[in-house]
Amino acid sequence: MAQFLQLALSGIAIGCVYALVALGFVLIYKATETVNFAQGDVMMLGGFFAYTATALMGWPYWAGIVFALAVMAIFGMAAERIVLRPVLGQAQFTVVMVTIGVGYVMRGVVTMTPGWGTDTYKIATPFAEKVVNIGGAAISLEQLMIIVMTAALCAVLFAFFRFTRIGIAMQATSQNQLAAYYMGIPVARVNTLIWGISAAVATFAGILLAPITFVHANMGFIGLKAFPAAVVGGFGSIPGAIVGGLIIGLVESFSGFYLPEGFKDIAAYIVVLLVLMFKPSGLFGEKLRKKV
Amino acid sequence: MSGAILELKNIESSYGPVQALRGVSLAVAEGKIATVLGGNGAGKSTILKTISGIIDPNKGQITYAGKEIAGWEADRIVRAGISHVPEGREVFPLLSVEDNLRMGAYTRSDRDGVARDMEAVYGYFPILKERAKQDAGLLSGGQQQMLAIARALLSAPRLMLLDEPSLGLSPLLTKEIFEIIVRINRERGTTILLVEQNAQMALKTADFGYVLEVGRIVMEDTCANLMQKEDIKEFYLGMKEQSARGHRRWKKKKTWR
Ligand SMILES: Nc1ncnc2c1ncn2[C@@H]1O[C@H](COP(=O)(O)OP(=O)(O)OP(=O)(O)O)[C@@H](O)[C@H]1O
Ligand SMILES: [Mg+2]
Repeated sequence: MAQFLQLALSGIAIGCVYALVALGFVLIYKATETVNFAQGDVMMLGGFFAYTATALMGWPYWAGIVFALAVMAIFGMAAERIVLRPVLGQAQFTVVMVTIGVGYVMRGVVTMTPGWGTDTYKIATPFAEKVVNIGGAAISLEQLMIIVMTAALCAVLFAFFRFTRIGIAMQATSQNQLAAYYMGIPVARVNTLIWGISAAVATFAGILLAPITFVHANMGFIGLKAFPAAVVGGFGSIPGAIVGGLIIGLVESFSGFYLPEGFKDIAAYIVVLLVLMFKPSGLFGEKLRKKV
Repeated sequence: MSGAILELKNIESSYGPVQALRGVSLAVAEGKIATVLGGNGAGKSTILKTISGIIDPNKGQITYAGKEIAGWEADRIVRAGISHVPEGREVFPLLSVEDNLRMGAYTRSDRDGVARDMEAVYGYFPILKERAKQDAGLLSGGQQQMLAIARALLSAPRLMLLDEPSLGLSPLLTKEIFEIIVRINRERGTTILLVEQNAQMALKTADFGYVLEVGRIVMEDTCANLMQKEDIKEFYLGMKEQSARGHRRWKKKKTWR
């Protein structure tokens, strides 16, 4: 039982990280119908900024988080404005290639930056090495905090999209862009802002992930797990991204323990295949899909 | 025209290589209702989209309240007091009715004024108040049309552009909507530019009318006079009596070409 609880919690914790990266995919997809394949690398760069603030500049943990979120929000908005807006309206393929290219460049730049490079770094958290006892299982506080902080971020995002004028305008723009223009909503600015939010969410994921995998130039490859999470949830659904992330995290955690070695790494894709076989539009996919 | 709040001069607009407007000039008197009649593809919607800045004209001038607004961004035009009820409603389907209305007021920051206008549109369309918390996508077509008009009113427009408000509505509901359009015009002093295929309704409602054919204005007069013209009677008002005979009438040669 304790074993089970431990596996479940570590599955949920890593699932939270997948969920947040998937959420970043979905936000951008809903707003601009673009899949941003650099999402994982955005997370990585955010991790490096948090590392820089806390370890190199000696800031406290929370201040480091705020710093990294702010820097990366600006980075996301700048990337949209400078790199993406010029290619928007081109073929999907072009836009996707641009985001893949941006990801490569980011990885390259990070490895070339003095003080960052190809090494692996640790972000010191206030909850390191602490353990709480839940139902007889010793749970690391770090894992628990990943879950708590993800829940907090989701609550903040929910309130933002549900209750603020700009948040509702973001929903409106993604539902009917033309009508948003008619209402006088500055659509281009709204989309820029979405990229900023999405980058900040990815950064948050990177900071949460740091205690588990540490910060390194290739940590963005976790995007390869988050992408299936978004698909499982029904690409385009925010609750779907979160549930998808949690499912993949859990399946991974249990298959890593109970199934032969190797299953853990393909678990995400097996889940995708199974879900899509039975529910092709994903768990939370919109019912009204384009008919081919 | 003096007293015109809106004036278009030789407006030419196109979608890529397709030229939709070929030099349109018209004027809308402040406080009045003007209408543009025309068949499918005549360019009616394009006129409205050009005014509200969704597309920019290639040539010509648009003067609104003394300012040259051609080329302005859509949000600046809304702020200036022009709001557009698009063809086919275009509500935000997954937002509640209330949030749709709130988006209509996106450009405003006077909370009290918005609250007052919210009550006012609920007065015009009580059904919207009943459905305030429901997703707009679940409303019927007629209710969505009401929502689209109400939403446009929430930007507190001086000039409202209405694109085929009768589209897909029953005759009864069409009559109801037009009565409310007239009330909005009389009670709030909102100037209205109405685009319609339902010429009967439009001519009864509006003060001044234009007839548009393949991107050109081919006739303009007061609605009272237009209703007397043979061409109008035959091609636009004949609709009802001749509906049993199908669409042949559209193919007859029109004398003003
Ligand atoms: N998005 C578009 N892309 C290309 N051509 C367009 C587009 N919208 C309209 N057109 C063309 O412009 C011309 C005028 O169209 P418009 O929509 O203004 O007509 P309309 O008078 O509003 O017709 P309806 O009564 O059917 O709504 C038509 O020939 C149409 O094919
Ligand atoms: Mg039209």
